[in-house]
Amino acid sequence: MDYTQFLAMKQEIGLLTVFLLVFLYDTFMPRGAQKSLPVISVVLMLALTALGFCSCSLGSAHNTVAFAGMYETSPVISAIKNILNVGVVIVLLQSISWANSEKMAVRRGEFYELLLVTLFGMYLMISSRHFLMFVIGLESASLPLAAMVALEKNSYESHEAAVKYILTAVFSSAIFMMGLSFVYGLTGSLYFENIYFALTGELNSMLVIALAFTIAGVGFKLSLVPFHLWTADVYQGAPTSVTSYLSVISKGAAAFAFMVILAQVFGTLYSQVWEWMLYALIILTITIGNLFAIRQRNMKRFLAFSSISQAGYIMLGVIAYNAMGVAAMMYYILVYIFSNLAAFGVIGAIENATGKVSMDDYRGLYRSNPRLSVAMMLAMFSLAGIPPFAGFFSKFFIFTSAINQGSVAIYVLVLIALINTIVSLYYYLLVVKAMFIAPEESVIPTFKSTCSERLGLWITVGGILVLGIVSFFYNSLLNLATDSTMSMYFIG
Amino acid sequence: MEITAIYYLLPALFMFCCGVYGFITRKNMIAMLISLELMLNAVDINFVVFNRFLFPEQLEGMFFTLFAIAIAAAETALAIAIIINIFRAVRNIDVRSLNEMKF
Repeated sequence: MDYTQFLAMKQEIGLLTVFLLVFLYDTFMPRGAQKSLPVISVVLMLALTALGFCSCSLGSAHNTVAFAGMYETSPVISAIKNILNVGVVIVLLQSISWANSEKMAVRRGEFYELLLVTLFGMYLMISSRHFLMFVIGLESASLPLAAMVALEKNSYESHEAAVKYILTAVFSSAIFMMGLSFVYGLTGSLYFENIYFALTGELNSMLVIALAFTIAGVGFKLSLVPFHLWTADVYQGAPTSVTSYLSVISKGAAAFAFMVILAQVFGTLYSQVWEWMLYALIILTITIGNLFAIRQRNMKRFLAFSSISQAGYIMLGVIAYNAMGVAAMMYYILVYIFSNLAAFGVIGAIENATGKVSMDDYRGLYRSNPRLSVAMMLAMFSLAGIPPFAGFFSKFFIFTSAINQGSVAIYVLVLIALINTIVSLYYYLLVVKAMFIAPEESVIPTFKSTCSERLGLWITVGGILVLGIVSFFYNSLLNLATDSTMSMYFIG
Repeated sequence: MEITAIYYLLPALFMFCCGVYGFITRKNMIAMLISLELMLNAVDINFVVFNRFLFPEQLEGMFFTLFAIAIAAAETALAIAIIINIFRAVRNIDVRSLNEMKF
């Protein structure tokens, strides 16, 4: 056996080291030292992120395959892992004051351990080139999340959310694996590459069913619309830190893995089958996500429906099926991480201080907590896509990449997405209206958020302001994507 | 009479459909979990049969089944733990009692 292939997995091994250090610290350190566990895990994750960026800029430009082709890494894959790492650092930073609260005293370590394990699963999902590896990654990314959702032991809603999540997750993964068994029966292999070359024959109904089952399984993790019913309940019931993790990191990883599967496994069926499946899914996802978001009053539920419609926009990069689509999707995920985490940072800060999560409680927030209101306003503007902020540019690039695909049907799709952007502007501005304009009766009193929450908010707000205007980020992602699109799509 | 792959595939398909039907109609959470188990086991049978009858020179399907069984066990253990928490809170495991959050 060739042991040098472990070098290809350096990001996974780094994450595993972080996990082991956190685990050992949690197990063996005395009770008094436990309070510093959140800070230690933030520092370790930060170190891992920095290492990831260093090795990304120094590393070789071509793709590396390990373990008989089951695992692959390339500059694009390292880049998406680094983006996820940045998001995780911010989530951990924002969760410090929640993790150090009284009710979390005995379960503080579990949050960090489960979170790192799910991140490891997402790494495997992104890097796998074999369906066995992919299923293991998918399950280790989704099962510990159910335990994280149920982490607030005294809250009934937390358990209700967890049971809804686990039952639907197992249901969807059973359907996904049924689809895989059909694929295996048709092609005799579970390697992405072998399946791709075996599927060049004529279309049969078993193949279409297999494809539909696969899309349903991964679409569940992404909460695309026919598979979205768990999202709002789980987001509302879970602790806010877990919700923010679920809505950005888990979604970003699933979106990238979805694109890899569709392109590398079912790439030959693009124009025949899955372009049209995705077409319908995107229209449904964006429209229904927006329409349901309008009537929500609970902020976490509101952001759940907003994140459903954002997933539809992310899918535009997949349906574009070109190098620019890959770059635009990664850029969209990056911007979405910053905008959504800014919104969740404000929600978490207010919830930790006052326990309120309803939009009606936010009335007149500008008078008592102007800085939090401005941060929330910037997050909402960025999510809606108002020009100077990063959200506008991510939407712009993802629409452009879809238009570049060239067919008339895609033009119609982009038009529908654009109309939906206007609808989404309405409900994002509802929050801004509540904070700045609405008459105040009982305002949330002025409070001082903790140091870590403020730091997290500064980082995310800085990201919202900088990511769009500085073209370096999008350009470097585009360069990476154009360089390695050959291997991504097997074209040529 | 020769036993061909179809004699295994049809019961597996039937099991899968029973699982889906049970998951949708059952009101007891443990019964829903059993239905999910049925679906996962149907997948396992499918993989083994495809491997044995169509591609006997490699063992990919068998290995997938081994891992799938382990994953199914983990899922069940976790789901049962969460259901026990629900039982402690509301003293029953009827899905209709999970109505705190909706719409």
